[in-house]
Amino acid sequence: MILDSLQLFGETLLDTMRDVAPIVIILVVFQVAVLRRRPPNIAGIVTGSVMVLLGLALFLIGLDQALFPIGETMARQLTEEAQSLAGTVRWEEYWLVYIFAAAIGFATTVAEPSLIAVGLKAQEVSSGAVSAWGLRIAVAIGVAAGVALGCFRIVTGTPLPFYIVGAYIIVILQTYLSNRTIVPLAYDSGGVTTSTVTVPVVAALGLGLAANVPGRSPLIDGFGLIAFASVFPIMSVLGYAISADWVDRWRRRKQRQEAEQ
Amino acid sequence: MLRFALAMGKRVLGAVRDLLPIVAVIVFFQAVVLQQAFPDVVSVTIGLICVVAGLALFIQGLESGLFPLGEALAEGMAQKGSTFWLVALAFCLGFGTTVAEPALIAVAAEAAEVASEARFIGYSQSDQDQYAFELRLVVAVAVGIAIVLGVLRILRGWPIHYFIIGGYVLVMLMTVFAPEEIVGVAYDSGGVTTSTITVPLITALGVGLASAIRGRNPMLDGFGLIAFASLTPMICVLGYGMLS
Repeated sequence: MILDSLQLFGETLLDTMRDVAPIVIILVVFQVAVLRRRPPNIAGIVTGSVMVLLGLALFLIGLDQALFPIGETMARQLTEEAQSLAGTVRWEEYWLVYIFAAAIGFATTVAEPSLIAVGLKAQEVSSGAVSAWGLRIAVAIGVAAGVALGCFRIVTGTPLPFYIVGAYIIVILQTYLSNRTIVPLAYDSGGVTTSTVTVPVVAALGLGLAANVPGRSPLIDGFGLIAFASVFPIMSVLGYAISADWVDRWRRRKQRQEAEQ
Repeated sequence: MLRFALAMGKRVLGAVRDLLPIVAVIVFFQAVVLQQAFPDVVSVTIGLICVVAGLALFIQGLESGLFPLGEALAEGMAQKGSTFWLVALAFCLGFGTTVAEPALIAVAAEAAEVASEARFIGYSQSDQDQYAFELRLVVAVAVGIAIVLGVLRILRGWPIHYFIIGGYVLVMLMTVFAPEEIVGVAYDSGGVTTSTITVPLITALGVGLASAIRGRNPMLDGFGLIAFASLTPMICVLGYGMLS
């Protein structure tokens, strides 16, 4: 038992190191050959990198042991249950799937390490104007809405481009309405959400749903949930920024009116 | 030592908070909706402890290792002032981190399966492998170009939304002409190139560059590299689907 888990840990650590190796080689080559100098606080960087490696390996093992099997089984069971309820496809019958999709999309996004990293950086750079926690909640709400809508699309079998192109048009409009300092961060938050934790669970949900809903093919209809999960956070972050702006402006106008009276 | 223990304690608490929603969702659906007994509580608990410890270590290591490394490199390159080497670094980072990305390998294999089902390529395994490998190279080059473009944007201070909106319009146009079967895979491929180690490093690089170059605002110019890296793979996979 202990030997097995040690072996599993070793293997996962090796996999993680193999993924990281190209990055380390590039960084070292540029540091040594191009910059020709030592980075400051080399000991801190080395211990920090070792911690990142160990932490990521532990994190992945834990996910594999505890969360992914349950998440995937539940996605399958929920989609199967919905199927037995309805002979013909009626999208309302799948309401439990949409709720599960939104809940799991939200929850996995909150735990996404790369989003935590970007949130920390944004908080630091904006000197607190953007809070890391607020950004993560806004992104998670976007993912929840996106994944739920994506499941609705799989159930109804409507074409994916309609939704994605529609979402793009909304994002473009929002871009022109919002304060331009938030725009780059909002665009970035689309890409970071779909990472280690979210992708496996959401992909299993999509494939399970497409396999169980009559008339859908996993190969064609199973994809697209990741795309939903990467566009909708842009919308929710921009939407949050725009409404915060409006509230701010409205409050200031009210204050000014009160001051005039 | 004490300071380290305190910092780690704070990280562990943060990690518990980050994971609570997942546990709540799973317990709720398992117990209330599906009404099933919880499978193997012991191994799940051990797994959760691993996840919490791993996340805490990862975040702590990020702050003390990966962020300073990315920033030091960005600062050094900015001081050196050679656009050539900066562009070379950007391309290498984009290409190098993508070509071996496990998520990309999986998506490329799926895309090959779709293409073979739709009879763009032969049914044999070697045809599919060839297609998947070429697709991976195409996407890796695309991400390399994306990071180069993003870095040039930081250097010159070009506004990001022209690029992203231009990219969106291109994706929309290509969607009309690309074979229907490839569209789902292509849209999903945007998300696969941003792994857990690449994202913090590239973010630190962008923010570091924007802070080191005079006249650039880290909030306005530092972010956006990830957005470039998730847009170009879509364009490339669509283009690849149209060509073959």
